[in-house]
Amino acid sequence: MGGKIFAVLIVIIALASAVPIISHTFLGASVTPPEDISTHGKAIDDQMSVTMKEAGISFLAAQLILGLFVWQFANRRSGAAKTFPGGATAMVIVAFLFVGAEVLALGLVGSKAWATVYFKPAAADAMQIQAQAGQFAFYFRYPGPDGKFGQIHPDKIDEGNSNFFGLDPENDIASRDDITSGELVVPVNKEVQLLLHAKDVGHSFYVRELRIQQDFVPGLDLSVHFTPTKVGKYEIVCTQLCGLGHYNMKSYLTVMSQEDFDKWLKSQSS
Amino acid sequence: MSDTSVHAAVHAAPTSFIRKYVFSLDHKVIGLQYYALAFVAVFTGMVLSWIMRVHLVWPNAPIPGLGWLAKVGAPGGVVTPEYYLQLLTMHGTLMVFFVLTNAPFAAFGNYFLPIQIGAEDMAFPRFNMMSFWTTFVAFCILISSFFVGDGPPLSGWTGYAPLSAVGADAGPGQGLGQSLWGISIFVFCIASLLGSLNFIATTLDLRTKGMTLSRMPIVTWAWFITSCIALLAFAVLMPACLLLILDRVAGTSFFIPAGLNVADHIQPHQGGSPLLWQHLFWFFGHPEVYIAILPAIGIVSHILICNMRKNMLSHKVIIYCMMAIGFLSYMVWGHHMFVSGMNPFSSLVFSFPTLMITIPATIMTLIWLGSLYGSNLRINSASLFCLGFISMFVSGGVSGFFLAQPSIDIYLHATYFVVGHFHMVMGVAAIMGIFAGTYFWFPKMTGRMMNETLGRWHFFLTLIGTYAIFMPFHYLGLAGNVRRYSAFQDDYLIPLLPVHKFITYAALFTGAAQLIFVFNLFYSRFKGPKASENPWECTSLEWSTPSSPPPFDNFGGKHPVVYHDPYQYGVKSSSGDYVMQTSPEQAGAGS
Repeated sequence: MGGKIFAVLIVIIALASAVPIISHTFLGASVTPPEDISTHGKAIDDQMSVTMKEAGISFLAAQLILGLFVWQFANRRSGAAKTFPGGATAMVIVAFLFVGAEVLALGLVGSKAWATVYFKPAAADAMQIQAQAGQFAFYFRYPGPDGKFGQIHPDKIDEGNSNFFGLDPENDIASRDDITSGELVVPVNKEVQLLLHAKDVGHSFYVRELRIQQDFVPGLDLSVHFTPTKVGKYEIVCTQLCGLGHYNMKSYLTVMSQEDFDKWLKSQSS
Repeated sequence: MSDTSVHAAVHAAPTSFIRKYVFSLDHKVIGLQYYALAFVAVFTGMVLSWIMRVHLVWPNAPIPGLGWLAKVGAPGGVVTPEYYLQLLTMHGTLMVFFVLTNAPFAAFGNYFLPIQIGAEDMAFPRFNMMSFWTTFVAFCILISSFFVGDGPPLSGWTGYAPLSAVGADAGPGQGLGQSLWGISIFVFCIASLLGSLNFIATTLDLRTKGMTLSRMPIVTWAWFITSCIALLAFAVLMPACLLLILDRVAGTSFFIPAGLNVADHIQPHQGGSPLLWQHLFWFFGHPEVYIAILPAIGIVSHILICNMRKNMLSHKVIIYCMMAIGFLSYMVWGHHMFVSGMNPFSSLVFSFPTLMITIPATIMTLIWLGSLYGSNLRINSASLFCLGFISMFVSGGVSGFFLAQPSIDIYLHATYFVVGHFHMVMGVAAIMGIFAGTYFWFPKMTGRMMNETLGRWHFFLTLIGTYAIFMPFHYLGLAGNVRRYSAFQDDYLIPLLPVHKFITYAALFTGAAQLIFVFNLFYSRFKGPKASENPWECTSLEWSTPSSPPPFDNFGGKHPVVYHDPYQYGVKSSSGDYVMQTSPEQAGAGS
């Protein structure tokens, strides 16, 4: 009796689990990645889609077979013990040939998507913007007309006076025209190289729609590049536990037309 | 194996109360002590998770009693953002170390490994006693962080530097609380290393006559392999904790680079690497999760074989798979660090052995399923939890397909998808293994049976409840719901709150269902029906002891001789359809 209850339950659970994956909703909420607004995102989404199908089939097959075998063979009234055809050898072969080859293929194909984000260097004419993460806010810095970023002095950081990066414009010419912003504003269809600087502890930059996530590591000069393809406003959230304000550490990525961006940048420097 | 080695473990029967129940050298008492400690830890950890879940969906509602317990962390019973993270840190630390390393490995392994190999005790009974009490001291140090100034650390059980290394500037709990955490884990490592040494020496040296390595039950192999993994893993975590403590109190800079401005203070350190902490931690941390699951794999295989009345399709293949998983577990730690800032080429390199671990895991799953085919599985609480284990192991495992790929991990890293993955494999499957072991071995440990009806209710409510909690975590992850957030205020998170409410209700329901188990455990201990010597008709040596619980030297002065492997089921014999390992009888074929 318990075996049959288990078998029915496991089939119901397996099928019920699959429904939100297929329908992309659960209890009225959308439970799927949002629309991709990047040039590299399609490869990632395709990889997720293939993996979902393979994982989904493995999941359903295993749970349904478990349910079926328990239904058939739990507390049987009669019948001799039987051995599964092929025995353990069949299992080892199936595991290597089907699952092993499958995950190897996933890994190899997925490397391309990874390489696009991480191996390909930023274009020579990518727009460089610096991002600083600190407990508990993101700030962004544009180099200004001179195209150079001024030096960061951690001891000169003064949030009360909006000197978030610790610049020293009196002594450092390059920093005089730097533009600081609480939001990341970029023009559409232009490659951006984000230079990541951590002020205090580890943080991370995550924009779902961009399909980008990269940790800020204190002491390391890291960067990430992307090309946004759609005008709009998208949330930037911190995904590396950084202290009590971690849940509230956010900003916005605003993607504008080139014309609007030029106007915006000009308005920031005045 | 000569008889002299069996005498090596002899120690005199205890007489005083202290020697019998407190500072005992008897591996059985020590096993029960570990179980009791894990029991306290799991209920503490579970209560912490209830508070977390309630806070997430009703952030402003005062939680009854909490205001009195946590005046600083939850004034008026309302959890502060820092207190949420402190609860989260303690939940993870308690569960991973004091439950999942203790119960399936230290508790059951200590109790049953010596008996299953025919020994009178572990190779080093004094080290064994020290291991438990050192673990207990580590537990007390950890719990003490709740009672200091601004409480426990908030850096998660992973304690990433520099948040964990720079001291009180980084936030509440990062002063004394974080130091206590580091010391507690350091001390825990000492205990673990002693325990692992004991398991390895015992398995290799104290097997009784006829007990070749190939005649050891799968679960004995699982404990042995786990102890080999643990020896190497904890040996790395221990110095890592020491370096962290030194950065915090001795002015060193292993993990802290120059120029950090934390809360307007420039930190007086230079030259360190936060990534070094991550490498050291995860070099331990990944094998650690296999330390958590392998004993459960062994327990489940052992119990299923007995209840199916037939061997697995191949016990040897299962053992080789456990060894393969143990070996591969040392090659994959970087998959926790794909977007950490380490060389992206390394990320790709780590992803391939990670994907390859799917192979031994799949082989084992297929063998379990294929062995169920054609069996005559006896359904009882223990075997039901084994079936639940298989289901959860599959569910938790397939989400690994996604996380093992760096390109997909760009999106899923640090989301609830990861949290769902590890809770299913560790938080549910491993726990189901512990439950299965408890229902199965209770009659041997106490001489009484647990109530079967209550056991089935416990199982079915837990199966439904845990799926209801953790399957939706994956949906949240696909939506990009970030983990370790004490509140969901971002634009895209607010629409996901109904999912979180569902999860919270499921968590409270499942927690309540565990009370059935608690009642069953304690009631049966004193009032349960007396058990026969071998109620499950199981062939392994723990069922051949002259009493339940076994006498202090396990076999009543006799040294068992082993004639068979533990798989003589479905055969014609004088006892029915099985032959004990210790019986000289040669069984007739077929049943």
